[in-house]
Amino acid sequence: MPANRFNGFTDYGIGIGLRVPHYQHILTRKPVVDWFEIISENFMVDGGRPLEVLDQILEQYRVVQHGVSMYFGSADKLNREHLRRLKNLVKRTKTPWLSDHLCWGSVDGRYTHDLLPMPYTFAAAKVTAQKVREVRDFLEIPIAVENVSSYTEFHVSEMTEWEFLTEVVEQADCGILLDVNNIYVSSKNHNFNPYDYVNNVPHDRVAQIHIAGHSKFKKYILDTHDHPVLDPVWELYARAVKLAGITATLLEWDDRIPSFDEVHHEALKANQFIRQFAHKTASA
Amino acid sequence: MRRSKPTSSSASSRTKPRPPKVASARQLGELQALMAGAIMRPLAPRNRMQKSSAPVAEAIIKPNDRLTSFERLEIYNRQYWFRILDCFYDDYPGLRAVLGDRKFDRLARAYLARYPSESFSLRNLGRRVEGFLRAEPKWTVPHQRLALDMVRIEWANIVAFDEATKPTIHVDDLLGRHPSKVRLALQPYITLLEVRYPVDDLLIAAKQGDDRLRGEASNAVALQHKRARRISFRGLKPQRLYIAVHRMECSVYYKPLIREQFEILRALQRGATIEKACAVLLKRRGSAAKDWPAQVQHWFKEWTSFGWFCHP
Repeated sequence: MPANRFNGFTDYGIGIGLRVPHYQHILTRKPVVDWFEIISENFMVDGGRPLEVLDQILEQYRVVQHGVSMYFGSADKLNREHLRRLKNLVKRTKTPWLSDHLCWGSVDGRYTHDLLPMPYTFAAAKVTAQKVREVRDFLEIPIAVENVSSYTEFHVSEMTEWEFLTEVVEQADCGILLDVNNIYVSSKNHNFNPYDYVNNVPHDRVAQIHIAGHSKFKKYILDTHDHPVLDPVWELYARAVKLAGITATLLEWDDRIPSFDEVHHEALKANQFIRQFAHKTASA
Repeated sequence: MRRSKPTSSSASSRTKPRPPKVASARQLGELQALMAGAIMRPLAPRNRMQKSSAPVAEAIIKPNDRLTSFERLEIYNRQYWFRILDCFYDDYPGLRAVLGDRKFDRLARAYLARYPSESFSLRNLGRRVEGFLRAEPKWTVPHQRLALDMVRIEWANIVAFDEATKPTIHVDDLLGRHPSKVRLALQPYITLLEVRYPVDDLLIAAKQGDDRLRGEASNAVALQHKRARRISFRGLKPQRLYIAVHRMECSVYYKPLIREQFEILRALQRGATIEKACAVLLKRRGSAAKDWPAQVQHWFKEWTSFGWFCHP
């Protein structure tokens, strides 16, 4: 679904995350990049260098906002100050859609700053969907929720993660930011087939895809975003493109960040899977 | 942000909690409070999860073929502490240089256990450090005063980095207006400091070579910090110093002030008129202050050229 109502009917290509070590390169060399994804919270400030850099980036590039602390799944009420600042940023960036995670992370106003997995119950899905709707109504832009990588499962869960994701996005009538690396990480940590996940989400709601690298430990895999994308994740990406269509894709690289060119080159590897899909579609 | 009861579930961890149900929003909140209590509980020695969290882990988390419930929850407990400690290390290199790695680590864990983040942004994590050190000076013995001055300038640094710039007032805007009628505010990003140690120079020295960068949405956090660049205290004697921490063209600067400048600016910041703010100079210098009008004019010209003033 190259353009749909969940990504503001845009047809963005392959983007990368805007990160501090690359600021100088981007601002001086002005490389050709389809779009940048920013972490909203890094720019929800009142002034100074973050906003100065952002404004310069906005003069040259398309920017999409991605959040890490909305916590749609927290039982807490939404933080109004957070929403107010986020809306100011949305006006500044004119992001065509906004994404955040299908997770929780705050309790009684205290923040873990982590993306904690949900118990997959119908009641939790209802609470989460309600909050997604509230955020969308307040911000007045399409919302896409991203599946997180996880290391725990709850006794109380009543369904699979992909069934829970489907339940939430259909109740909220919102989009999906499908993170295929997170699916792979969770599949290894929880012993499920990652293709069951990709095959069974509502593909017409996929607004964006994330790809990233991860780290393997003895007993589990950690979503570290500090490596190139691994082959099984590329294969999962190819499957996602086949099912959802050519979709705005973003490479996340957040730690041990190499040069801009290296990150961009890694992201552009997605093109080969997109070309394969386009070729097959054309010849069919 | 709401103040709230502690999320620590120490009471529930002593006896095995009943497996919670999540069939309502309230029950979702209960499960999350239980889990957050375990995740935010301070780590045991060697950065392991406290054994007292085992009943909570078993009650809510499924084991798998490789990890017990305890081990699975421990991943999050460790990640939580590594992430916030990492942030605290990044924000307070000067305090770390004053105290050294071990003392700083103990202080950081005590502070973060007392004051977990209450903001969606980690930028605000250190908002209460100054108050914490005033209330509990034992963490910084025998360098209490230096440590306090250091955290004040380090917080001022954060404020100067990203606080708002309001529309500035220029010298021309003041022409023809009587000083008894004019009030000026300082830009929100400016902090005026009265300190006993040259913490501006010490902080610059502590930061040299510190080029670590924080990850964004990654779980790749580990406590593998470079050793702190310790500050040499040899020959360092207390002296009263005045500093304005401010921002120009997106860079943070430390501007040394003389006492009279500091007092005028502080009075303006507190809402005094220009006339009242400058009265301090007359009071202090008396008849020796013959050239004061020219001097004050020069100061205001400089401050307005920095863009320091805005409308109250």
